[in-house]
Amino acid sequence: MAKQHVAATINGDAVEFLCETHQTLLDVLRDELGLTGTKEGCGTGDCGACSVTIDGRLVCSCLVLGVEAKGKSIQTIEGMAAGAELHPLQRKFLEHAGLQCGICTPGILIAARSLLERNPDPTEEEIRLWLAGNLCRCTGYNKIVDAVLDAAREMRRK
Amino acid sequence: MRYEAPRTLKAALALLSGANGHARILAGGTDLLIGMRAGHVIPELLVDVKGIPEMTSIVAKNGGFRLGAAVSCMELIEHKAFAKAWPGVIDGIKLIGSIQVKGRATLGGNLCNASPAADSVPAMIAAEALVSIAGPNGKREARVEDIAIGPGKTSLAKGEIITSFLLPRRLPHSGGAYLRFTPRTEMDIAVVGAGVNLTLDKSGRCLQARVSLGAVADRALLVPEAAAALIGSRVDAAALENLAAAASAACRPIDDKRGTKEFRIKVAGVMARRAAEIALARARGKN
Repeated sequence: MAKQHVAATINGDAVEFLCETHQTLLDVLRDELGLTGTKEGCGTGDCGACSVTIDGRLVCSCLVLGVEAKGKSIQTIEGMAAGAELHPLQRKFLEHAGLQCGICTPGILIAARSLLERNPDPTEEEIRLWLAGNLCRCTGYNKIVDAVLDAAREMRRK
Repeated sequence: MRYEAPRTLKAALALLSGANGHARILAGGTDLLIGMRAGHVIPELLVDVKGIPEMTSIVAKNGGFRLGAAVSCMELIEHKAFAKAWPGVIDGIKLIGSIQVKGRATLGGNLCNASPAADSVPAMIAAEALVSIAGPNGKREARVEDIAIGPGKTSLAKGEIITSFLLPRRLPHSGGAYLRFTPRTEMDIAVVGAGVNLTLDKSGRCLQARVSLGAVADRALLVPEAAAALIGSRVDAAALENLAAAASAACRPIDDKRGTKEFRIKVAGVMARRAAEIALARARGKN
């Protein structure tokens, strides 16, 4: 069976790739395109480490086929900083020590940005609910929630 | 494995009926991709239905709603008019997995996956939702409660697709709610789920009611005996007690590590009563 040809937009850039039908978008990002910022945790949609947005919608890239990306606009962690300037969420994660091993961090940053796009002033509870699909086994979550609250505060001032 | 993304229902039906081997519909993929990864499901053909407009749109119609079967849960949650009209359905949808999973998961998939613990199903049964089905022999309609016939099994014939759900126009003073019991607050599978939908008359007496239970039998159940306990009453303490007793009596649950049989039977009554109390408050215009 011939490989599938897919044209999509990733972090604003037009991208073309070939993939097998069974390959997930996560496999394509990491193995075909070298975008290894998106992490594989469970591979079954439980941990959120592979979170990306597709046409602005937050999803687990392990639960999407590469071929489904045809014509779509995908945002990954690689597109979050503007060159050398970190996104406020990234900066606040560093300031609040919202990470230790870092495997969950790209997924949590993508998920948190998706929340703040919809709700610039979330409560702590809203943040915890929105991030319930992102597992972190290091931090105990409090520092992550503090970082998101602080980033939201700063982004509202701008 | 072949992948096709037809743009019309007709093309999708032709693909399904022309398939030689195992063909599967791909909507949200949140169950299918996991099955494929585990090697439980080995399709020869995947038919991605997300390019079919009638399956991916939400249409308000004569006061009711037609929901495409492949609309994502997050789209439904974010649809203000729908969420306002059917808060009990939204209760169920909100409990399906994480935000990420809801970004992909669909009502059609939740129903056709035929898990007895599917959270949207009792809520949709209580709401008296109909499904539109297209197949090689044309179109038909069915009730949501008649689709799942056991774990992983549906009454759909080969080559049939659920294209949309139809929710009727709501009468004034109507309210619905869905509650489930899980050991954790998020990201868990229902041990018991209860959906209640009711309508009051001007004097506050219950005119109509529907009660549905999930995870207490081999499929979600419509429980008319529990609804009968409410109809004609003022949904007072005595009526709610009768509702709870009827709900518990309808259960024929499994016994497993997440909940014993006795526990599920008891909790089904409690969940049904609490869901009815929320539905009542909503019918009275309070959230």
